Amino acid sequence: MTAWLDALLQGIMLGGLYALFAAGLSLIFGIMRLVNLAHGDLIVLAAFVVLVVTTALGLDPFLAALLAAPLLFAFGYALQFILLNRTLGRDILPPLLVTFGLSIIVQNGLLEAFSADSRRLRAGSIETESLSLGGGLAVGVMPLLTLASAVLAILALNFLFYRTSLGRAFRATSDDPETAQLMGIDNKRIFALAMGVAMTVVAVAALYLGMRANFDPTIGPARLIYAFEAVIIGGLGSLWGTLAGGIIIGLAQTIGARIDPEWQILAGHVAFLIVLVLRPRGLFPRAVD
Amino acid sequence: MEASYRVSIGGRYTRHLALAGALVVALLVALPAFAARSLIEDLIFVFYMLALAQYWNLLAGYAGLISVGQQAFVGLGGYLLFALAIMAGLDPLVAIVLAGVIAGLLALPTAFVVFRLRGAYFAIGTWVVAEVYRLVLAQWKQLGGGTGTSLPPEITNTVSGIEGVKALFDVRTSAARDMILYWAALALAAGTVAAVYLILRSRHGLALAAIRDSEPAAASAGVDNFRTKLSVYVATAAGTGMVGALIYLQKARISPDSAFAVLDWTAYVILIVVIGGIGTIEGPIIGVLVFYLLQSYLASFGTWYLILLGALAIVIMLFAPKGIWGYVSERFGLVLFPIRRRLVRPGDAP
Amino acid sequence: MLETRGLTAFYGDFQALYGIDAALAQGETVAIIGANGAGKSTFLKAVTGLLPSPPGAVRLDGAPIGGLAPARITRLGISLVPEGRRLFPSLSVEENLLIGGYGRAPGGYWNLERVYALFPALAERRRAPGPSLSGGQQQMAAIGRALMANPRILLCDEISLGLAPIVIRDIYNAVPAIKAQGTSILLVEQDIVQAMAVADRVYCFQEGRVSLAGRPSELTREQIHAAYFGA
Repeated sequence: MTAWLDALLQGIMLGGLYALFAAGLSLIFGIMRLVNLAHGDLIVLAAFVVLVVTTALGLDPFLAALLAAPLLFAFGYALQFILLNRTLGRDILPPLLVTFGLSIIVQNGLLEAFSADSRRLRAGSIETESLSLGGGLAVGVMPLLTLASAVLAILALNFLFYRTSLGRAFRATSDDPETAQLMGIDNKRIFALAMGVAMTVVAVAALYLGMRANFDPTIGPARLIYAFEAVIIGGLGSLWGTLAGGIIIGLAQTIGARIDPEWQILAGHVAFLIVLVLRPRGLFPRAVD
Repeated sequence: MEASYRVSIGGRYTRHLALAGALVVALLVALPAFAARSLIEDLIFVFYMLALAQYWNLLAGYAGLISVGQQAFVGLGGYLLFALAIMAGLDPLVAIVLAGVIAGLLALPTAFVVFRLRGAYFAIGTWVVAEVYRLVLAQWKQLGGGTGTSLPPEITNTVSGIEGVKALFDVRTSAARDMILYWAALALAAGTVAAVYLILRSRHGLALAAIRDSEPAAASAGVDNFRTKLSVYVATAAGTGMVGALIYLQKARISPDSAFAVLDWTAYVILIVVIGGIGTIEGPIIGVLVFYLLQSYLASFGTWYLILLGALAIVIMLFAPKGIWGYVSERFGLVLFPIRRRLVRPGDAP
Repeated sequence: MLETRGLTAFYGDFQALYGIDAALAQGETVAIIGANGAGKSTFLKAVTGLLPSPPGAVRLDGAPIGGLAPARITRLGISLVPEGRRLFPSLSVEENLLIGGYGRAPGGYWNLERVYALFPALAERRRAPGPSLSGGQQQMAAIGRALMANPRILLCDEISLGLAPIVIRDIYNAVPAIKAQGTSILLVEQDIVQAMAVADRVYCFQEGRVSLAGRPSELTREQIHAAYFGA
């Protein structure tokens, strides 16, 4: 029994990590209908940036991520402004192919720069600490922090979206880019800002990715798939839905792993497919699409 | 009595082009008699990549279904070939065809799932499905599980026709097998091009063009969007499955990671179509030749080669989205496979 | 203040405007009438930069604004109330008004309170989502949204479209308050009566060309009829 409760807890915590992966993707799709096939690789890139900062400056990963975040914001802004803005429009092939090409470039660029060796962000003793919940159950401090960070990130994003002038501009541009221009909103800058914000969330995701397990340049595509599954399950346009989606994937994977370790990833995909068949629009779709 | 209008498809030089095409195919059929083994092997690669590209182009360029999960059917075709040849004892060439049929059947439940998604999400959905197939087949212990397996010599040495070819050309078994596979690959490639051309010339092709331009408009004109798209998806899956079976018959060794590789069976294929010109039949032909050259000369550069390919995809998509053939065809008005319909009035030049 | 000379506009290969010469002076209210498809909305879109125009064809205070992005033109003081209102569905009424002020320079007469004073119905439904309002209320919101930018020039595209006469009257009752701030108004209208009642000058468009121009008091019914429908 405890084993199953433990799996449940682990699954929820893992869900927090997947929600972090997915939040950036959800944001970008919500605002500019862009699906970035390089999203997973950008998370890995961010992890390497944090790694470089930790080794160069001898900082612990949390501080390093804090320093890396503005760098990644700027990178996202530039990427969108210079490259991805050119792909937006009615046709879905250009953004798909360009981000696909970007994914290959990032992966292989990282391989050239860092080799295929596994890396890890070392956070010290906090990695192995756990909180006891009584009844033989315990949660790791790190997974708990991950979940808490995911919740905080979503709270922050929702605040940005619903209580700030910039957030209003994001939502208006997402609704109707042409009329948004009539309000004096420069779509190109808005999209670039949105990508910058997304990359900041990616930085947080990368931090926890790197501390949780080993990473190397090739693990990007799998993260993209988990992120995507979380967004679809949650329903397009809802960040809390994305959190729910992440948790469902996390739970499916952890429970699947309990049944048979080889089934972990497959269980996540199966859960995704089941939700897709039963509820094609996701669990909490936005009313307006 | 009024003379009637008619719809004409052929261009001015259709007869000449058809003749030229037949000559090219005849030449290719005769090639193994005098070509070096390495050329034959290279051409097998060119033929199966061309077939894969034509199928992806039909799906994406005509039906508007952009899939990054076609590797699912390549892998399925490969594994079905191994299963049918090793476990059911079928002749491999027969197994290729059967693998295609089964892959097409499996496309039905696949479509049931992925058609719930649209646009870019449909694309990633197809990728997820490919991953599911990969993970499931990796559990199949009889075919090597996660590490894969090889085709035993009893099978590779007894592909039908090997004895006949050995006698005719006085070559060893392995060379004879290569020739048989070459002809099979040529048949698949030529057959695919012909099939795609015929589909596009038929009313289904017209329906596809309508769907691609505007689904609501097509529906209001009486096109059954769902049925049409489903048919194309299933047909493409069956074709891709056959190609996958052929590929792995040639490689004689299969593993889940290889059979379902996104890079080999999707990234390269998409690049070929885009370089050559999406939405045209001529495009993939040009694209595969360009890709073959790139691969031959630059693949040794490893990661830098891949970075170059990624950059190429981006540059083409931004600056030359219609690809080489798109540009040439617009500039010079060339068409090798005419499919545009013209209204011919009585008295007009044909 | 705002003038167009030889303004042409195309939708792809289709030419919608064939060289429009028109002007709007400071503080003036000008109406553009004409049948469907005459090019009236196209004209407004060309002025606001939503459609490309030939260089120098559109000038604000003498300076050409033809190649500028719509966002830039808005910030220069030209606000459009678009055809069909086009409120943002994800935003509440109040948020729609607020977003109207996104590109504005600080200062200026119109703010949230004053817009609510002009259109009290909006104040009651301030938190409601845009699409839940009636047609007339949506139109008020769209106008209010454009006012929040404190424009020098207000362009109105068919604000009476689809509305009952009594509602149209209510909306047009707001025009004097807008004029009182010195705002120049250019309105495209199918409702000739209302348009002529508020306008200082009128243009009639017919198939992409100006077929009639003058002061409402000086134009006869026959003239307008001929210009509207073509001889």
